[in-house]
Amino acid sequence: MITLIKRTFKSGWKNCSREKGLVFANIFILVLAISTLTSLFLLKDVSQFLISSIREKIDISVYFKLDTTEEDIIRIKEEVAKIPEVKEVQYVSQEEALASFSNKHKDDPILMQSLDEIGNNPFYASLSIRAFEASQYQAVADFLNNSSFTGLVEKVDYYQRKPVIEKIFSFVSNMNTIGIVFSLLLVIIAVSIAFNTIRLAIYSSREEIKIQRLVGASNWFIRGPFLVQGAICGFFASLICLVLFTLLTWIFGPKMEFLFPGLNLFTFFIANFWLIVLIQMASGVGLGVVSSLIAVRRHLKI
Amino acid sequence: MIKFQNVSKIYSPKAAALDGVSFEVKEKEFVSIVGKSGSGKTTLFKLILAEEKPTSGRIFFDSQEVQKIKTKELPELRRKIGAVFQDYKLLHSKTVYENIAYAMEVIGASDQEVKRDVAEALEIVGLTNRTNNFPVELSGGEKQRVAIARALIHRPEVILADEPTGNLDPYNTLDIMRLLLKINEAGTTVVLATHNRDIINSLDKRVITLQDGKIIRDEENGRFIL
Repeated sequence: MITLIKRTFKSGWKNCSREKGLVFANIFILVLAISTLTSLFLLKDVSQFLISSIREKIDISVYFKLDTTEEDIIRIKEEVAKIPEVKEVQYVSQEEALASFSNKHKDDPILMQSLDEIGNNPFYASLSIRAFEASQYQAVADFLNNSSFTGLVEKVDYYQRKPVIEKIFSFVSNMNTIGIVFSLLLVIIAVSIAFNTIRLAIYSSREEIKIQRLVGASNWFIRGPFLVQGAICGFFASLICLVLFTLLTWIFGPKMEFLFPGLNLFTFFIANFWLIVLIQMASGVGLGVVSSLIAVRRHLKI
Repeated sequence: MIKFQNVSKIYSPKAAALDGVSFEVKEKEFVSIVGKSGSGKTTLFKLILAEEKPTSGRIFFDSQEVQKIKTKELPELRRKIGAVFQDYKLLHSKTVYENIAYAMEVIGASDQEVKRDVAEALEIVGLTNRTNNFPVELSGGEKQRVAIARALIHRPEVILADEPTGNLDPYNTLDIMRLLLKINEAGTTVVLATHNRDIINSLDKRVITLQDGKIIRDEENGRFIL
C-alpha cells in the first residue's frame, strides 16, 4: 500500500514536471477561479460594510417646539426607546444642532452671516430615531403622532423623507439579491472553465489511459497520478493567489480606507488570513482533484 | 486455456471481422495465426483482451467467460496476458524504463524486483543504452522491442504477439523469435500473429490460417499457405 501511494505521488509529480505547458495552463485557470472565489469572499465584507453604512445614515428626526424643556425631551426619548421597532434614539439639543450647523458651514460666509443676523439660536432640539427596518418607520411616526406628548412636537420629518428611505432600503435589498446572483454566476463560470481546462488536458491523455487499462492497471492505479497532478496544480494556484491577494490588499487597502473610512481590506484580509488560506486551498485542490476525477472516469470504460 | 466457441465479430453488416470462429489454445502451446491484412487477426486479440466484445459466441480464458468479466475485474485478466501490439501502444509520457516497469508496478511488484527485472529485460531486448529515452526518440524496431520487454516482464501466462517482428530487421527478427520460443519452452503459452512466411515455416508449430474472418486451416506443425 505504501509502495502504491509512493508510486502514485511520484508518477503524478513526474507528469507535472514533464508536461509543464499543460500544468501552467491548468494553474493559470485555477488561479482565475480561486481569485474569483477569494474576491467574492472579500467583496461580501465590503458590500456588508457599505450596506450597513448606508443603513446607518437613514433616520427620522422629531423636532420639538422651542419652549419644550430638556427634561421633557429626555422623558420622550426614553418612551421612544421602548418601542420595539426602534434601534437607536439620539438626543440633539438646540446648542448641538447650532454647533453642528456652524461646523458644517464654517466656510460659507453668507450662511454664517445670516445666522449672526438672526441673533438667537433658530434650531429646534430634536430626537434622531433609527429603526431596524424601513417598514418600521411608519409605526414609529404613528406612535409619535398619537402619543401624549404630540403637543410638544413641532415636526416629524418622516413624511418628507419617506420616499427616499423606501428607495434606499429597496436599493440595498436589491443590491444584496443582485450580488448573490452575480456571485453565484461568477462561481459557476469560474468552476466550469477550470473543470473544462482540466478535462481537455486529460482528454489529450486518453490514449495513454487506454494503454494503461490494456496492460492491466486498475482504475485507481490510473486515476491516482491524475488526481495528484490536479492537487499539485490546485496547491500552486492557491499559493499564487495567496501571494497575489496579500500584495493587492496591502497596496490597495489603505487607498480604499481613504475612500470608505473604517474599511481596510488588508486589515480584514489579515484578520481572516487562515480562513482565506483554507478557502483558497480547499477550492484549488478540490477543483483540481474533483475535475480530474470526473475527467478520467469517462476514459476508463475500456 | 483460451477457447473460442463460434465467435463472430461484425463491425458493419457487409463485412464480418470474424465469422463463426472456434478453436482452442492449450496451456504451453505455441500457436501462430496467419492471414492477409483484414483477415481478423487483430480483432481476435482484441477479443481475448476484452478490448472489444464479440457480436455472438463465447470466449473463455482459463475457463472464465471473458465477456462476462466486469470492467472492474478486467485488470486481473489482462495481467495474465502479455500483449505486443502492432502499433506498440507505448506510454509516450514515460521513458523506456518506466514503460517496462509499468507492467510490473500494476501487479504490485516491489521496487527491488522492478529494478532487477527491468534491467534484465532491457538487456534481453538489447536496449540498455536507451533506458532514459522516450518512445518518440526510438526507431520502429526499438519501440517494438520495448513493447516485447513490457509484455514479458511480469511473466504472464500467455503472450499475445501481434506482428512483433513487423518493424525489425532480419537479425532482430531472429532474436525476437528465439526469445518467444525460449519463453514458450519455459512454460508460457504464445499466440503469434504474423505475415512473415519464413518465420512460420521455420517454426514447425501449430498454425491457424484465417481468411475473411473464417478459419480455413488449423494444422499442427503447419506451414504458411495462403
